[in-house]
Amino acid sequence: MFTPRSIQSSLSLRQKLISMDYILIFSVLTLGIVSMFAMYYTAGGEFDYHTKSHIIRFTIFFILFFIISFFQIRFWHNTSFFIYFVFFLLLLGVKYFGLTSSGSQRWINFYFMNLQPSELMKVGLILFLAKYYHRISSNDVNRIKFLFVPIVALIAPILLVITQPDLGTSILIAAGGIGVAWLAGVKIKFFAYLSILFISLAPVAISFLKPYQKSRILTFLNPDRDPLGAGYQIIQSKIAIGSGGLFGKGFLNGSQSYLDFLPEKHTDFIFTLFSEEFGFFGSVFILLLYILIISRMVKIGHQTRSNFGKLYCYGFSTAFFVYVIVNMGMVLGLLPIVGAPLPIMSYGGSSMLTIMFGLGIVMSCKIYKDVPVN
Amino acid sequence: MMIRFSAEGNVSKSRMVSRRMFMLTVAKTVVFAGIFGRLVSLQINESKKYRTLSDKNRFREWRLAPQRGVIKDYFGKEIASNEKVYQLHITPENSSDIDKLFFRLKSILNISNERINFLKKKIAKQKPWEPIIVSENLSWTDFSRVNLFLHELQGVKPVVSVARIYPDNSTSHLVGYVSELSAKDLKQKEYLREMAVTGIAVGKTGLENTLDQNIIGKVGFQRYEVNAYGKRIKQIQIDKGQSGTNYDTTIDLDIQKTAANLIQDKSAAVCVMDIYNGDVVAMASSPTYDPNAFVHGIKSEYWKYLLDHRDKPLMNKALSGLYPPGSTIKTIVALSALENDVASTNLKVRCRGVIELYGEKFHCWKKKGHGYMDMRTAIQRSCDVYFYEVAKRLGVDRLSKTAKKFGLGQKVLPGFAEEKTGVVPNTKWKKKFIGQNWYLGETLHSGIGQGYYQSTPMQLCLMTAQIANGGFQIQPRIILDPKNKKNNLKEYIDYKSNNPDDPLPTDLLISSFNLTPLFRNQENINFVKEAMYAATNEAGGTSYKSRMKSKKFMFAGKTGSSQVKRFTAEQREAEIKQNEIVYEDRDHALFVAFAPVHNPKYSISVIVEHGGSGSSAAAPVAKKVIKHLLEKDDARSMRSNYLGGLKI
Repeated sequence: MFTPRSIQSSLSLRQKLISMDYILIFSVLTLGIVSMFAMYYTAGGEFDYHTKSHIIRFTIFFILFFIISFFQIRFWHNTSFFIYFVFFLLLLGVKYFGLTSSGSQRWINFYFMNLQPSELMKVGLILFLAKYYHRISSNDVNRIKFLFVPIVALIAPILLVITQPDLGTSILIAAGGIGVAWLAGVKIKFFAYLSILFISLAPVAISFLKPYQKSRILTFLNPDRDPLGAGYQIIQSKIAIGSGGLFGKGFLNGSQSYLDFLPEKHTDFIFTLFSEEFGFFGSVFILLLYILIISRMVKIGHQTRSNFGKLYCYGFSTAFFVYVIVNMGMVLGLLPIVGAPLPIMSYGGSSMLTIMFGLGIVMSCKIYKDVPVN
Repeated sequence: MMIRFSAEGNVSKSRMVSRRMFMLTVAKTVVFAGIFGRLVSLQINESKKYRTLSDKNRFREWRLAPQRGVIKDYFGKEIASNEKVYQLHITPENSSDIDKLFFRLKSILNISNERINFLKKKIAKQKPWEPIIVSENLSWTDFSRVNLFLHELQGVKPVVSVARIYPDNSTSHLVGYVSELSAKDLKQKEYLREMAVTGIAVGKTGLENTLDQNIIGKVGFQRYEVNAYGKRIKQIQIDKGQSGTNYDTTIDLDIQKTAANLIQDKSAAVCVMDIYNGDVVAMASSPTYDPNAFVHGIKSEYWKYLLDHRDKPLMNKALSGLYPPGSTIKTIVALSALENDVASTNLKVRCRGVIELYGEKFHCWKKKGHGYMDMRTAIQRSCDVYFYEVAKRLGVDRLSKTAKKFGLGQKVLPGFAEEKTGVVPNTKWKKKFIGQNWYLGETLHSGIGQGYYQSTPMQLCLMTAQIANGGFQIQPRIILDPKNKKNNLKEYIDYKSNNPDDPLPTDLLISSFNLTPLFRNQENINFVKEAMYAATNEAGGTSYKSRMKSKKFMFAGKTGSSQVKRFTAEQREAEIKQNEIVYEDRDHALFVAFAPVHNPKYSISVIVEHGGSGSSAAAPVAKKVIKHLLEKDDARSMRSNYLGGLKI
């Protein structure tokens, strides 16, 4: 019996390579290379530890991206719940064996790297919900009985992450989960109920917030409140971006960054640094690359036959979009500083691993787009 | 069936997902447009603003106070110079705890609590990286002690700097002093706005004030790029600034010291001038003060002492002291009368010690009277009654014209803010400033330099100089201008003595030398000079006692005693002596002179406040100054030739 090549569950390496989305790969690679240069000039034009480890990580995780994409989409479908639980256990593990740094307990030491399971959970939750909504019938989506599992799957890791405490990551995890649920057809009213619940719980939640988190929110509302304290980061970031102007200050000439006026320049504020040196055109170039990546993911989702693939690709692209927007909104002074890395660009192994893992599964959807998952 | 249902469900689910994804895509597009808009606003619309803010972040400027120019006397001796001083600066940014630092400093040095509070207020006002001066002038012991404890004084920097020093107090009034920049200075002197630098000193009085703009120099700066922690990363620009212009003056420090020493116990002033080019050779005022006390902030006790002193030490009496010229003006009265043809030198008047005119008694200083006087003897003996008569004939308006021509009633030495104008009264002046008509009796008072007449010692010195030089206008100066060394008057005099037979009419000759004659007939000037010779060198003259017999030192002078308070009839009857009345009521003693008598070079004016008579208090001072002056005359001429030679 003739079966179209794409339906074949086992493809040759050549076939796999041919069916990959090269625009997506090209965009990711470009961003990766740009980020390497960005990392190089956070160190003031020296090959320091950050730059080296960023290059190594990007290389390893970029290869991992290919490996993951070569696994059949059915494999990812079948292991979704398992992956979620492994990540969840890791999160629990953080509670007990985690490393503490600058007041929050987020990492587990794995010798070759310090892993941040909350990052992995971003993809874990999307995988879990994609499979869940793939499995239940569309009539059941809005039944209370079937809402129970996703709510628990969403709330449980978020509670763990929020208490680390890590407001930024918990928001990003929630964004992915809510995205998938909404795409699967959960009615708006349930989100409304949930948000009403959240708002009514907000005073309680605020009392759990650390003082620095409270001050960040207040500072966002009025950055001049404390220009040398919490407002400093927003102000300095805006100065750096604004002073870049149309063409930027030039490579290695970003005074705001090399004179240390920019905080956390190789992680959350990497876009600021790039904007300062390459100006408006540079910023728009980066923005376009992200738009390209997101739209390719949406396209892959569109081409994928399985609902699992669709939900996953759409969900991950939405989450990816939220990561980009939260980070850019933050450095541009549109959103409060919550501590959210810019995908691919920011320094950070766990974040890089998560994004490459997530993109790998998207690519797997592309390669096996016509293969049914069950 | 199950499979079909599932497939149908699959399709509807997939449609739902795609529809919702479309909605999400629209939302994402809107959000991305928002980000794009924000980039446009920050990086294009407001880029300039942020560029400025970024430069503000990265550049810091440290400004450096320039070294002040030096002021020298005619022979190159410094009368205002610079010395090395040891200072203590604090950079607030570098200190972790400023209160603790001051506490520690207090235990090492002697700093008052007021000073510390003042410094703390200052620190609060300025940028944290700008240094502040804790002590401007530390002794070597204190300085080394601070250096010893430096390791526990974080933020403190010992600095070897340069500050103003005035080697001699005799020049205090003419040089003036510098002191810390004040808000008032900033308001008055526009150029200082760019000069508000830690440690800069500003001229407050005298030449320091006059020359301030050029002598202060140009502020230098170092611009550094700094990082967020204030650490200097690299030097962007450096401008070392420029030390101020050095100035040479016409003052002879030796003569200045002699004059100052002679009057040091009195409240007095001495002016000495070169009668040909107006060079001020000496300008002393007494009592004097220590200008160095102002440089590093004056102590309040000393300031109070200066302000409360009866004789006003801060006042430059040579330029700001106003005194009735008294009998010294009689030369001008005589000259004016001769020039206006209202009296001849042969006019005879009998002095009986008093005359009665307009129902008022006018006394001569000599109660018994001088008897018959002509103009020469009237000047020689300073007969008041004679000059009442001359003044009556002349009238106050014509007298005021001549007096003004010779330098009274106007500022004569350019560039001294503290110089006073004085008063040369006439009918118009009185109407304008007093609002009354002129009384004829007042003309008589004017004739002997009393009444409304007010003049400064410098004006009297100029007046005498312009008589002594043959009646030519000169412009007094104290700053040597390298561009203007031409001495037309001297050239004219030399030419005339070398070519006595030049057929050119005198007035043409004078104008060809670019001179402004103050006379109608030079004979009149010569007459007055001759009468002044008689006053000093012939028996019966008012300054005969102070004469110099040696030909080299002979001088001609006119005394004056100006009344501070009118004598009552009883006092006059009782023949009260000046030293028997209270100090404040005693006459001012005046003396003006030129020397050497036959070939005059210098004029001098001496005023001793409440000194009694000019002949006893002022003339002896003048005599000693003239002696020293003429002893140094050769040196001055040589120096003049040397400086003149420099021009070529």
